[in-house]
Amino acid sequence: MADITLRVNGSEQKVSVSPETPLLWVLRDTLQLTGTKFGCGAGLCGACTVHVDGKAVRSCSTPISQVGAKSVTTIEGLSANGLHVLQQAWIDEEVPQCGYCQTGQIMQAAELLAKTPNPSDEQITQAMNGNLCRCGTYERIRKAIHRAASSGGTR
Amino acid sequence: MTPLSRRQFVGAGVAGAAGLVIGFYLPHKGLAGKDSFSPNAYLRITPDNKITIVVARSEMGQGVRTALPMILVEELEADWKQIEIEQAGASTLFGDQTTGGSASIRTTWDPMRKAGATAREMLISAAALTWGVPRSSCTAQAGHIKHAASNRTATYGDLVSKASTLPIPADVPLKQSKDYKLVGRRLPRVDSLAKVKGEAVYGIDFRLPGMKYAVLSRSPIIGGKVTSFDDKDSKKIAGVIYVGRIGDSAVAVVADSVWGAMEGRRVLIVNWDEGPNKDFGSKDVFNVPTSLATLKEAVLYQSGGTPKPGGHSITAEYQLPFMAHAPMEPGNCTAYYRQTTCELWAPTQVPQDCRDSVAAATGLDPDQVKVNVTLMGGGFGRRLEHDYAVEAALASKAISAPVKVIWTREDDMRFSTYRPASMHHLSATLDAAGYPVALMHRIIAPSISGQKGQPTPNNVDPDLPDEAGPVYGIPNYLIQYRMIDTFIPLGWMRSVYALQAAFALESFIDELAVSAGKDPLKYRLQLLSKDQDLNYFTTVWHTARMRGVLQLAAEKAGWDKPLPAGRYRGVACFGCFQSYMAEVVEITMENDEPRVHRVVAVVDCGQVVNPAILEQQIQGGIVYGLANALRAKITIEKGRVVQGNFDDYAPLRMDETPTVEVYAVPSQEAPTGIGEPSVPPVAPALCNAIYSATKKRIRALPILS
Repeated sequence: MADITLRVNGSEQKVSVSPETPLLWVLRDTLQLTGTKFGCGAGLCGACTVHVDGKAVRSCSTPISQVGAKSVTTIEGLSANGLHVLQQAWIDEEVPQCGYCQTGQIMQAAELLAKTPNPSDEQITQAMNGNLCRCGTYERIRKAIHRAASSGGTR
Repeated sequence: MTPLSRRQFVGAGVAGAAGLVIGFYLPHKGLAGKDSFSPNAYLRITPDNKITIVVARSEMGQGVRTALPMILVEELEADWKQIEIEQAGASTLFGDQTTGGSASIRTTWDPMRKAGATAREMLISAAALTWGVPRSSCTAQAGHIKHAASNRTATYGDLVSKASTLPIPADVPLKQSKDYKLVGRRLPRVDSLAKVKGEAVYGIDFRLPGMKYAVLSRSPIIGGKVTSFDDKDSKKIAGVIYVGRIGDSAVAVVADSVWGAMEGRRVLIVNWDEGPNKDFGSKDVFNVPTSLATLKEAVLYQSGGTPKPGGHSITAEYQLPFMAHAPMEPGNCTAYYRQTTCELWAPTQVPQDCRDSVAAATGLDPDQVKVNVTLMGGGFGRRLEHDYAVEAALASKAISAPVKVIWTREDDMRFSTYRPASMHHLSATLDAAGYPVALMHRIIAPSISGQKGQPTPNNVDPDLPDEAGPVYGIPNYLIQYRMIDTFIPLGWMRSVYALQAAFALESFIDELAVSAGKDPLKYRLQLLSKDQDLNYFTTVWHTARMRGVLQLAAEKAGWDKPLPAGRYRGVACFGCFQSYMAEVVEITMENDEPRVHRVVAVVDCGQVVNPAILEQQIQGGIVYGLANALRAKITIEKGRVVQGNFDDYAPLRMDETPTVEVYAVPSQEAPTGIGEPSVPPVAPALCNAIYSATKKRIRALPILS
């Protein structure tokens, strides 16, 4: 076990976990931030996507020891007030069916828009191809990203 | 399942302080007469004017928490914004609560409408009596009863206490579809906001104070049993508090974190009795000697007589593999066993089965087991099983504390219940113009229900009546089913046997069209040209409605217009869960592999309750069906499932997903299934497109094997 100080959604959190524990389980079990989902445990589905220093990572395959003092953002902290433009676009395009993968999809899309405010279809596919959805919402995800991009915000 | 034919009861009473309760229930088999008073059934209106609708089906993404209340509120004439939704747990008040068979809307359409209309009529009566005016002069509108002549108005909440004293009308008028205000509208789903914010609580997210986590080591060989285990290393892992057997075939590692339990399992040593299946695999499934004595063959459908020999005949054989559901949320369930009670928080399609199986496993009575139904991260039939619930209950019993059982993705892949592999023999005798005067389709597959010990009357798997019926009005048409046995665990997976039946039939029809030198779509329309009613078990398939979806699909796809160079298309149609579906798939071929660009999907499912949800279901079903067609294959070698995660059992990703255009044939017929009917036609439509491109006929799935 190790005492680790994390920076999650803007605030410091002290946790006591074994250092190889994946960030996913620290977020879900220790910090009770369950918006980040477990899907495959192997970085194959993207349901666990969070931002570490602004970069989308698979929290299921990121040991907590590698996170250190870096800034972690989860779906709960994506928007400081109200909804992120992507979350609003997700509602407007009626994206979620079961919804389980969508928080990971939104975190992945948020990284894309932060880097590429007006992504092409190809850029969207490239950015989002690692995120699985068994309900088959991909085309709506694409539309929602375009909608968010055209509404101009990245927050 | 034929819940529509069950008698429906309406009961009313007072809930809480003074709430009007309009309850109704569809009594479970053998339970008729019990619980005729229902304090918490489908609708509750309280004096503070709050209207609560109870949803007694499980939400797994298909939109029941939005669509079912819409049906009731339509008749109630309430304001949609007043409505709160409550999820029913396992109950005796709602009949069979199984969520499956694309049945939620089609089987609750009448009961939900009647429940809403009954409440509306009683509220009108209550207002009329209160004001001393004829009830015919009062109207219900947007959550109020109005008396125009005296300009009086009352909210539903105002009328609760009076309405509660009134007798329940036996027969209430239902609205005409032309008067619908909600049904048929694209109302936004009630759960989207929570889902995009990460606030929706799925089974895996639910927590209790003091809850522990369990991960199980299960026999890697199907049918194997635990002989002994060594937990010395497991107990060295931080947080591991218990290691012990769960039943004959698993050992649970319980810890105070999921990761601790997973790590504890990683170093656990279990010795297995490998059991009888260690030398067998999925390739052996159809090598069953079928002597006459053991032959379990049934006629599913027969029209005309035995065709006379002669004429040009064509035969073909098709084969499909085992497949896994792989919902995004892995299996899980939370249980709290306390000697005389056990409470579950289960992401389940079968709350009542969870209740009964947990009762049996723990020695409790079913009424000592309380099952709460959580939101589900997909189901697709996998959560028609109750294995997670039993494991959680036994683990909680073992440590006398609340336990959440979590399956990993590998657990989900290797210990699933699989879509049955199947073999299909098709043969046709053709007339001079190349149309079949006789068609025979023999389906050879293990029975899901049969393997689970459920009745299979006359050797018919009870799912086949919803899923493998006739499509065309062919003079001599025979559909047979031959039941075989397998040790490989079977489950109901989205569209169940319809996927197999449609792939075989609709590929074969394409072969016949090619052999006749005719356009495959026009060939099908010719086979549907006469209006015929095809009686299949309790369903009547109308060739006119199938023709309707096919014609609209041809029009929307621009079937008669030439495609750009390098593009090819295929068509298929099929009916299941009482709905009619036609799909046109457009592809190009790249490096000998199909790339799907566009799918045009047309459904006739009667009255559409919420077109937005319908589009989601059709689009999702097609993406699911494409994954099944292209790559989905579970293989078993030496008694073990080979695949383990999304790398070797790969669903569709964004780069492979086509544009899907959805059209519904306008209809005022009662609604029929929508969650599954879009899945079956896509594989044959795609394979027919591939034939058009390559002249190569695909007779076995998956395409990219």
